Amino acid sequence: MSGVPASQELVERVLAVPGAADATGRVVLVTESREAVLRWANSTMTTNGLTRSVDWSVISLVRVGTAGDGGTAVGVVSSSAQVTDPAAVEASVRASEAAARASGPARDAATLPEPGADNGAGWPDPAAETSIGVYGRLAEELAEAFGRGRDAGRVLYGFASHEVSTTWLGTSTGVRRRWSQPTGSVELNAKTADLGRSAWGGRSTADFTDVDLLALDGELATRLSWGARRLELPAERYPTILPPSAVADLLTFMCWNMAGRQAQEGRSAFSAPSGGGTRVGERLTSLPLTLTSDPAGSPGYPGLATAPFLASAHSDDDVSVFDNGAPLGRVDWIADGRVNALAYPRAAAAEFGAGFAAMGENLLLTGGADGTLDDLVAGTERGLLLTCLWYIRMVDPGTLLLTGLTRDGVYLVERGEVVGEVNNFRFNESPLDLLRRASAVGGAERTLPREFKDWFTRTVMPPMLLPDFNMSSVSRAS
Amino acid sequence: MVADRQIDPEFRALPLARLADAALGRARELRAEHADLRVERILGQMLALRDGAVSSTADRGVLGLAVRVIVDGTWGFAATHELTPEAAAATAERAVQVARTLRAVNSEAVTRADEPVYAEASWVSEYEIDPWTVPTEEKIALLADWSARLLAADGVDHADAACPQVKENKFYADLAGTSTVQQRVRIEPRFTATAVDRGAGRFETMRTLAPPAGRGWEYALGTGWDFDAELAEVPELLAGKMKAPTVEPGRYDLVIDPTNLWLTIHESVGHATEYDRAIGYEAAYAGTSFATPDQLGSLRYGSELMHVTGDRTVPHGLATIGYDDDGVATTEWDLVRDGVLVGYQLDRTFAPRLGLDRSNGCAFADSPQHVPIQRMANVSLRPDPRRDTTLDELIGGVRKGIYVVGDKSWSIDMQRYNFQFTGQRFFAIENGTLAGQLRDVAYQATTTEFWGSLRGLGGPSSWLLSGALNCGKAQPGQIAAVSHGCPPALFEQVSVLNTAAEAGR
Repeated sequence: MSGVPASQELVERVLAVPGAADATGRVVLVTESREAVLRWANSTMTTNGLTRSVDWSVISLVRVGTAGDGGTAVGVVSSSAQVTDPAAVEASVRASEAAARASGPARDAATLPEPGADNGAGWPDPAAETSIGVYGRLAEELAEAFGRGRDAGRVLYGFASHEVSTTWLGTSTGVRRRWSQPTGSVELNAKTADLGRSAWGGRSTADFTDVDLLALDGELATRLSWGARRLELPAERYPTILPPSAVADLLTFMCWNMAGRQAQEGRSAFSAPSGGGTRVGERLTSLPLTLTSDPAGSPGYPGLATAPFLASAHSDDDVSVFDNGAPLGRVDWIADGRVNALAYPRAAAAEFGAGFAAMGENLLLTGGADGTLDDLVAGTERGLLLTCLWYIRMVDPGTLLLTGLTRDGVYLVERGEVVGEVNNFRFNESPLDLLRRASAVGGAERTLPREFKDWFTRTVMPPMLLPDFNMSSVSRAS
Repeated sequence: MVADRQIDPEFRALPLARLADAALGRARELRAEHADLRVERILGQMLALRDGAVSSTADRGVLGLAVRVIVDGTWGFAATHELTPEAAAATAERAVQVARTLRAVNSEAVTRADEPVYAEASWVSEYEIDPWTVPTEEKIALLADWSARLLAADGVDHADAACPQVKENKFYADLAGTSTVQQRVRIEPRFTATAVDRGAGRFETMRTLAPPAGRGWEYALGTGWDFDAELAEVPELLAGKMKAPTVEPGRYDLVIDPTNLWLTIHESVGHATEYDRAIGYEAAYAGTSFATPDQLGSLRYGSELMHVTGDRTVPHGLATIGYDDDGVATTEWDLVRDGVLVGYQLDRTFAPRLGLDRSNGCAFADSPQHVPIQRMANVSLRPDPRRDTTLDELIGGVRKGIYVVGDKSWSIDMQRYNFQFTGQRFFAIENGTLAGQLRDVAYQATTTEFWGSLRGLGGPSSWLLSGALNCGKAQPGQIAAVSHGCPPALFEQVSVLNTAAEAGR
């Protein structure tokens, strides 16, 4: 055994290491990633690069105690070091077994999933690739946009990222699953030459073939022109149109706080308001809104598909390493306006009599009307139109009260038209309350959550009208 | 500086010199004007306990190399996890190729400040017990003991305990001849107690005030923080918080404890004095800064009591290191003096733009996969230089106010004007004495008005170094650890919100 093993072979080698006497199971995750990035500021390139990395985790299960059911303990050892020494493979197994022994019984212990019908599909295929060449068209359009900007007094900033990660998952129960996940996004930020006005647009994509940067640049030019008339407004509650990007950020944050265990324990905004239990079943809105994550994606929105099995190197309230390889399906977190599901690892699901549900890698809010953002603007007598949100943080987990800022363009709408640009605001709002209070919801579209795009890009969200969005104070930022 | 022998032999055993020769040699052949190689190993261990049971034991290691070049005035960067001379040379080639590909869309040629050459230099941070020499069982036992003590107390329904630990090794070599090898350790032992009132549908949490620190396992054992004392007092404080009255919104004089003020400094001064932000490099992401370079020497940042420094040298500081990722020897300098903006955080490309002939050493990359950018130094508020004023004296001077302790929620806008912070513990101040806890408190202000309202500073004995392990910046995102020292301080008539009212309750 010499040289560097392929990822599939690494999985097999780790699984082939004989377990210690107390070992009861093992999971191996290997992920190869390639990422190509472009970054620009002041209409010139700043930092660019191409990186390749590998990340592998060995998860060992050991029996606690010598006899009887003292439970099962688990330890995880991860590395991004290349495996050149066969001894490193055995060392990682021994280290993860030792970590498990140090840990004591795990509350999320469950038997490892068994192979299903799709087992082994695509397993021998190599890691999917990307290169700086993925930006062939984008780089040309960017150079043209820089030129247009120079002519029109517009300065461009932004970032494009294309990451392709291929994961191989193997378990001692015979599961072998492979998934290749492309994740791409581009953000364009245009400012007037005096930096006094700013506009933003973003796109989420699997491969950049569907990105038209010049069209995006055109949209931003229009938005900058709206700022020719500038108004100052005080902080108060306003009728406010949230664009899909803003809705995506707020609902992504909400989903990250939907762990069933916390709700059951009374320390979550999803805990029942008094007594025990959770808010599952509670009606939030009379609008037929459904919030879904689905590994299969959605026929109307290409490029949303995610791994159809769970792969995780850590356990927390909403995920468990014992569930590695478990098939993932569609989850409706909100169904027809009611809270419908919370996230439970399999062990917690059994403990609380709920269904296994894992936070997905995509999120869709559907069930609104057909209207576009422009239609919501056209139907608004007086209100604010936002571009996106920023610096969103939890203020009170009991109500899921979030604070944050409006960013890169707040526009005043009067009698169905944008009539000027206003100052930014700090808001304090709960996404649960937004769902409760939304008075109009439009058609869903593929969008990029501005703030959380580093972690979450595959969202399909509608624009939404709030009759009384809480703008708590004025921000002088432009 | 600590002797070379303390750098882990496993890191020393990597073929560092051969990798440097291969990468830098290839870059020179391809006519790079500048090239540097970084080889990094980062070891991390995360231990987490939930109600006394381990929920996660995870060890991780990162190992790789990165090559950065300047070709024809344009940056190129590439990285790999393969640590062979062949891979290092190939990575240098890819970095040159990236630079050549992007030359056409680069309109500003890169120029850099000079720096002396440091040949074969080394540096190790100050710690007593390398966490990697302590058995995992022992660490878990300590966290389990903390959890048990909390859970045994009245009014505590849940206890979370955790301890992330990091050991970072960096080797840097460049075409000019600098070659450094460094090692540093950081740790954040922490716990949170939670009280739940199911009948009322309410819960409250209270976290330790212990900051993460550039220390070893001795910190968890009590060197630099008294965890035992805090574990003993938290249950009663948590019970007090459950019973506390909700705050009446309005303007209050705030005495802000260092355990809270560090984060306000981080957000409203630390990020605002990053030069890359001030000139727009982060405009599309982290944001810009109201403190623009044209106002250097004239911007009234705060009251005359305000003296803020940047440093990468303070003992146990999370941003402290010997040499930065540009090969610059680290230092300390003024950012705000007598309330006026006088400096920025810089790297070697930014120093000349500000008319300076040397960088102050703020280049940092968080992994071998990422390009170095200008990252935050330890940014700290100096204590009262004339008198060793105590916390009690600051509180004693307030007729009606709030004493704010510990950080919790934070948010600030993209130009670092408007911020909102909450905290772990709030105490009403009435006629110079503490008068019980308050809840639902958030303070909100604009940076220059807030610092302009600074009326009192604690003395040197009250100064505390706090910080964070998880400061985010740049695209692709990078995480950095940074410390902020400050005394408790008095701010007059700051706007306080009631967060329950903000939520419409």
